Amino acid sequence: MPDLALTKKDFTSDQEVKWCPGCGDYSILSTMQSFLPELGVPRENIVFVSGIGCSSRFPYYLETFGMHSIHGRAPTIATGLAISRPDLTVFVITGDGDSLSIGGNHLIHSLRRNIELKILLFNNRIYGLTKGQYSPTSEQGKVTKSTPLGSLDTPFNPISLAIGAEATFVARTVDSDRKHFTEVLRAATAHKGSALIEIFQNCPIFNDGAFDIVKDGDTKGAALLQMVHGQAIKSETHGLVHDGASLKVVELGSVSESDLVIHDAHNADPSYAFALSRLSSSELSHVPVGIFRDVQRDGYGSMVNNQVADIIAAQGAGDLNSLLTSGDTWDVQ
Amino acid sequence: MTKPVVSLDQVTIRFAGDSGDGMQLTGDRFTMDTASLGNDLSTLPNYPAEIRAPQGTIPGVSSFQLHFADHHVQTPGDAPDVLVAMNPAALKANIKEVRRGATIIVDKDEFTTRNLSKVGYETNPLEDGSLDSYKVHAVGLTSLTVAALSELSLTRKEAERSKNMFALGLLTWMYHRPTESTENFLKAKFGKKPEILAANLLAYKTGWNYGETTEDFAVSYEIAKAHMPAGKYRNISGNTAMAYGLIAASQRSGLKLFLGSYPITPASDILHELSKHKKFGVITFQAEDEIAAVGSALGASYGGALGITTTSGPGVALKSEMIGLGVMLELPLIIIDVQRGGPSTGLPTKTEQSDLLQAMYGRNGESPVAVLAPSHASDCFDIALEAARIATTYRVPVFIMSDGYIANGSEPWKIPSVDSLPDLHVEFAKTQENFMPYLRDPKTLARPWAIPGTKGIEHRIGGLEKADKTGAISYEPANHDLMVRARAAKVAGIEVPDLIVDDPTGDADVLILGWGSTFGPIASAIEALRESGEKVAQAHLRYINPFPKNLGAILEKYPKVLVPEMNLGQLAMLLRNQFLKDVIPCNQVRGLPFTTQELIDSTMAVLHA
Ligand SMILES: Cc1ncc(C[n+]2csc(CCOP(=O)(O)OP(=O)(O)O)c2C)c(N)n1
Ligand code: SF4
Ligand SMILES: [Mg+2]
Repeated sequence: MPDLALTKKDFTSDQEVKWCPGCGDYSILSTMQSFLPELGVPRENIVFVSGIGCSSRFPYYLETFGMHSIHGRAPTIATGLAISRPDLTVFVITGDGDSLSIGGNHLIHSLRRNIELKILLFNNRIYGLTKGQYSPTSEQGKVTKSTPLGSLDTPFNPISLAIGAEATFVARTVDSDRKHFTEVLRAATAHKGSALIEIFQNCPIFNDGAFDIVKDGDTKGAALLQMVHGQAIKSETHGLVHDGASLKVVELGSVSESDLVIHDAHNADPSYAFALSRLSSSELSHVPVGIFRDVQRDGYGSMVNNQVADIIAAQGAGDLNSLLTSGDTWDVQ
Repeated sequence: MTKPVVSLDQVTIRFAGDSGDGMQLTGDRFTMDTASLGNDLSTLPNYPAEIRAPQGTIPGVSSFQLHFADHHVQTPGDAPDVLVAMNPAALKANIKEVRRGATIIVDKDEFTTRNLSKVGYETNPLEDGSLDSYKVHAVGLTSLTVAALSELSLTRKEAERSKNMFALGLLTWMYHRPTESTENFLKAKFGKKPEILAANLLAYKTGWNYGETTEDFAVSYEIAKAHMPAGKYRNISGNTAMAYGLIAASQRSGLKLFLGSYPITPASDILHELSKHKKFGVITFQAEDEIAAVGSALGASYGGALGITTTSGPGVALKSEMIGLGVMLELPLIIIDVQRGGPSTGLPTKTEQSDLLQAMYGRNGESPVAVLAPSHASDCFDIALEAARIATTYRVPVFIMSDGYIANGSEPWKIPSVDSLPDLHVEFAKTQENFMPYLRDPKTLARPWAIPGTKGIEHRIGGLEKADKTGAISYEPANHDLMVRARAAKVAGIEVPDLIVDDPTGDADVLILGWGSTFGPIASAIEALRESGEKVAQAHLRYINPFPKNLGAILEKYPKVLVPEMNLGQLAMLLRNQFLKDVIPCNQVRGLPFTTQELIDSTMAVLHA
């Protein structure tokens, strides 16, 4: 593999990056650019497809193939591409409005089908590009330009939604934690079907500090419940124990270490991952990060291509003349 | 006793019954047997949007009309010469269109007081003299069928279900159709259910024998073979021809066929048909909605496949934004709109041509696309190849405007040899230095088709306006003006064949200019008008955007141009706009094709105005 001595620079396009200073998107981009050389896929075989939003400008800044499409529809385009070109590695870049509001339908259907897509959901809990309206992940009561008296909608929990949509890989990370994000990317790209990664992303202009609890040195240690497969799920101060059919956060000292839930990302039963997803509320007092669920199911694209290959193997490739002359025919002299 | 045989040159038969009576199947079988006998033909299936409207009611009536002849047939026929009515509702719904003197065959068992009152007959039309000007055969289709099947271990209900085969057998005898192909068809269809197969075969045979032996049917009819160019033929519907044309385009271009579709009447059969042909490397993707359907097709196209989406008017409305992206990305994309009655859900199973302006203009911004329209069922095959040529050569979305009439209607088709089909080979952009994704080909104005996987030409595209040549995002006023005009010029410059005018004397008093599925009805009206001594010309548009280069000159030549359309004047609006020609619109939106007679009347009105 001669190509693979690529560096971060090789994945950096010549386009000037135009996010606001301090935007969380910068660190996400930088982590991705650093990670791509390690992926071992030639640049020409990587495609980033995005929707519309600040986050969706992402593809312009990567020296790979890329498409900045239309609002909410990136999964559809990526689906056609991934199915018809199984040789490619296809990423979808989307925002919380893009994927959960206008594009909600496509998100759930690509997850249930298990299309070979790596979907990065930049969740800043706000509409950035349209200058600060509340989004489907904004906490109830959010005061924005379009909700001066506070928003009334109950927000989506993207992780719960994805698990409910039969997703086979679901993870959460934080924009500024390069190391954690890189680990999640590594696992997501190794996963065969679709992978959804929710990234907490700070928008300093319209929703600054939304994730401070999980970023500030003082609070994050307690708030972030680290999920590592095979290890106890815990933060610096709290741990997780079984509570009947569900899960409960307890102070570390209050139970013995052996009572803590040992994380099993490969648990076939989605209710386990779902229970984990319910631990984080809008206030973010306890936020599981890492991989909620990573189970194997055949990828849709590979099944589609196998169906074609199998029928050709069984019956031979189609012959146009035989097709046209099939059925009842007659000759006119 | 041998019964006399009368020779006819043409016949129009309409099979009508309840949605559950199997009239479409009956019509289809009669069509197949007629086609293989060598008559020319044209069909018109007409069925309700409801799968099962209440039994025995007018809304539940389903019909299938077939016109066949010893000469070239242009339309499914205006007025039936024979009506087969399986119940009072079918009689009531269809009688007004049946010509006086026609033959009417009814299932008299169904003419009960209850069934009659269901559709508002106060007296029995079989007895009250109201059908005196028709040749009525009141046959106990149900009772005869049940009696014939009494040996089989079927319930009465099950036995009754074969009465359509009895009717088919009777008509097959009346018109000297061969029986083998229907017998083979039944064997293939019911091979796994021997009882049902036996019932159908027996009912079919009994119907045939009934004609042969009873005195009710004194004569049978013969229609000689039509003179058709030598070759191998099959009968084909528009939707099947479209599917075959798309497969042919994939084979001739070497591009993988990718269909993204969401089911909708009357387009779904293209999805069904293509789904059967995976061994051609065809990928069919039933998406979650129309947006995803066209999105996946565009994504596949971006990856180097022949991206196609099939739908009807409501689906086009949902696809608009993505088609706009296709215009901006300048990628090949084929959108097939099998039009139906609108607006909104409209008349799902009826035909109309009212999406033309939607296809032309139904997007934000200056968003030009190519627009083609097949003229008749088998033309869908050729138009699919043409759409692929234009989409891949010019890298542009191409609309194909089919409609319910040609999609479901069928006609004999001379099967082309594969070698005679156009070569649609395309070149993708190759590895190169300083690749420019929006550098245009000087002749076609197309940009390169630069697919992922090609080393060294990694680049980013999107819906934002792009700088000329480099494709980088650009908000420059002058650049936007340049790019809008470039996209328009590219579509305007698409090479399409000149329009051919059929005007034997060269000095016709009126030109009838149509598009799409009105071809047959117009041609049939022209024939009749010429027979009565009128000088009329016909030209038919298969290319609507861009129009053929000689269209302006043709419009100038004829003082009177009549434009029949199944809408309120959409092509007329385009013609007036582009050529400042005051064409004469001729419109109807009844959900059915024009009859020959109404086109004759409209033309006469123009001629003698
Ligand atoms: C069809 C359509 N409707 C609306 C818009 C306007 N619009 C652009 S981005 C956006 C919301 C973006 O929010 P999000 O997806 O959260 O992305 P962010 O900017 O926060 O990264 C909206 C409403 C659009 N571009 N297209
Ligand atoms: S508005 Fe917010 S999300 Fe958008 S670029 Fe600026 S900081 Fe980032
Ligand atoms: Mg957002």
